[in-house]
Amino acid sequence: MNLIATQIERFGGINLLPVLLAVVALVLIGVPSTWLTLTVAGLAMGMMIFLMASGLSLVFGLMDVLNFGHSAFISFGAFIAASVLAALGSWVGADNILLNIAALFAAISAATLFGLVAGWFFERVIIKPVYRDHLRQILITMGALIVAEQIILAIWGGSPISVPRPNFLSGSIILGDVSIEIYRLFAFGLGLVVFLGLYAVLNRTRIGLLVRAGVENREMVEALGFRIDRLFIGVFMLGSALAAMGGAMWAGYETLITAAIGSEMMIIVFIVIIIGGLGSIEGTLLGALMVGLMGNYVAFLAPKMALASNMLLMMAILLWRPYGLRPAVK
Amino acid sequence: MSKTLLKLDSVCTDIAQYHILHGVSLEIPEGGVHVLLGRNGAGKTSTLRTIMGLWQARDGSIRFRGEEISREHTSDIARRGIAYVPENMGIFGGLTVEENMRLATHKGQFDRQRLSRVHAQFPAMEKFWTKQAWSLSGGQKQMLAIARAMIEKRDLILIDEPTKGLAPAIILSMVDAFREIAQETTILLVEQNFLFAKSLGQTVAVIDDGRIVHTGTMAALAQDSDLQTRLLSLSLDSHQ
Ligand SMILES: Nc1ncnc2c1ncn2[C@@H]1O[C@H](COP(=O)(O)OP(=O)(O)OP(=O)(O)O)[C@@H](O)[C@H]1O
Ligand SMILES: [Mg+2]
Repeated sequence: MNLIATQIERFGGINLLPVLLAVVALVLIGVPSTWLTLTVAGLAMGMMIFLMASGLSLVFGLMDVLNFGHSAFISFGAFIAASVLAALGSWVGADNILLNIAALFAAISAATLFGLVAGWFFERVIIKPVYRDHLRQILITMGALIVAEQIILAIWGGSPISVPRPNFLSGSIILGDVSIEIYRLFAFGLGLVVFLGLYAVLNRTRIGLLVRAGVENREMVEALGFRIDRLFIGVFMLGSALAAMGGAMWAGYETLITAAIGSEMMIIVFIVIIIGGLGSIEGTLLGALMVGLMGNYVAFLAPKMALASNMLLMMAILLWRPYGLRPAVK
Repeated sequence: MSKTLLKLDSVCTDIAQYHILHGVSLEIPEGGVHVLLGRNGAGKTSTLRTIMGLWQARDGSIRFRGEEISREHTSDIARRGIAYVPENMGIFGGLTVEENMRLATHKGQFDRQRLSRVHAQFPAMEKFWTKQAWSLSGGQKQMLAIARAMIEKRDLILIDEPTKGLAPAIILSMVDAFREIAQETTILLVEQNFLFAKSLGQTVAVIDDGRIVHTGTMAALAQDSDLQTRLLSLSLDSHQ
């Protein structure tokens, strides 16, 4: 028994959970081509959820700040990207891949930049006055969320908006009898790049070292001579920017968005950071991949269970590990 | 007499609605080890936290080298050259021993000489250099916490009950370490273990119920068993 445990540990331990999930799904689904399509969709969805969730997890880990307004950044990111793509319609539809990429880059950058600036504003005006006061944090960030949703309704209206997809991303790759949407591969790739970047910053730089230490023990970092609040605003801006980027990607994935896009994703985002364990991006990634895969497999196997499955997954994991899969050490 | 390094004058501290310190006055001269004794709940930790700015003093003044620091941010107080080793040691468990030490340096660079001195003083630190700190034993964690305070030159180190839960042999090696540190730094040591405190301290202050009730030299207190009984019986009893 112990031998098996050490072997599992050697090959990645808990990181193998998504693989286990995929293997079980393969047995249940039975058809490899269907399974592969669902798996790619699940991984892509997981990476987009990771973008939306990673910032929230770090923000909570570092300052114990509960930000229910996080979903506003997702929504704004989605709508801003949609508007940029619509404005660049001729580039989006062109047969020239460079123009396609330019349009996509402009849309994602606009959303991300907005997240960065709005994150700064949000932290200074809404969050800063209520550090260390959870009840007020919940109330004021919920209030800010309502205001943000009303602003979106006022600007973009209440009816669904369609999001044009750049030409080069709209097709599928056919491998034998498997068809894989290019957009999903792109979403997965972008998420992976962001994860690796975050991981490198957190583990290879001094700022990252301070963030990891601050997540564990804020007071001690200050007693060593560093200002956590200055670090925190940077983390908050980054988290908001990633949420907006995730929202932009999600808009392109759904192709039809409403003002509720952020709040719809928020339930999943909360499930992911709870499953993953607060304050660690490795945990968030693990949680996001599990939820993404689970969502797609269950939607195929038992469509009626789709919503409940994530809740059940969360309960099962919390019964097993009450602090989530890979929480930051506290 | 050497000059005063740290001076607390009628410091009052509240935690939420509770009055915890009721006018603590204390003078720490430059150089050597100075001990703050007191029974459980007397306000020793609260005094250190107030000096460090982790609790705001409601009233009174705290002067470090003559400058008022009681309104300053904790990080600024730390940058004046004051290090803090809290009761729970404040180790970052998810970080390696090296990363813990690196954070305690100003710029992220180690001074080679000081580092080899730390390694000589605490060989376990070198041995577990790349290990995550949560895997250290309690005594090793305590050594790491102290090593962190001495990796750069500080003017004052505040240490809260470093001997708590340690084996006698380790406590002995800690006496050595503190003597070495005290060569270049002033130490304000909170301690319940009177034998340990006696072997290190030059001056001693006794706190009870948020007030200083006695100050003097350690030598005088060590010789006067009546005074010891009167001041410390409670803390000694509760610690045995
Ligand atoms: N966070 C807090 N909230 C409320 N009261 C507190 C808090 N921390 C400490 N106190 C109270 O302040 C008083 C002094 O506590 P302090 O921790 O300074 O004592 P101490 O001398 O360090 O005791 P010990 O030897 O047990 O560590 C105690 O009565 C304690 O109950
Ligand atoms: Mg104490």
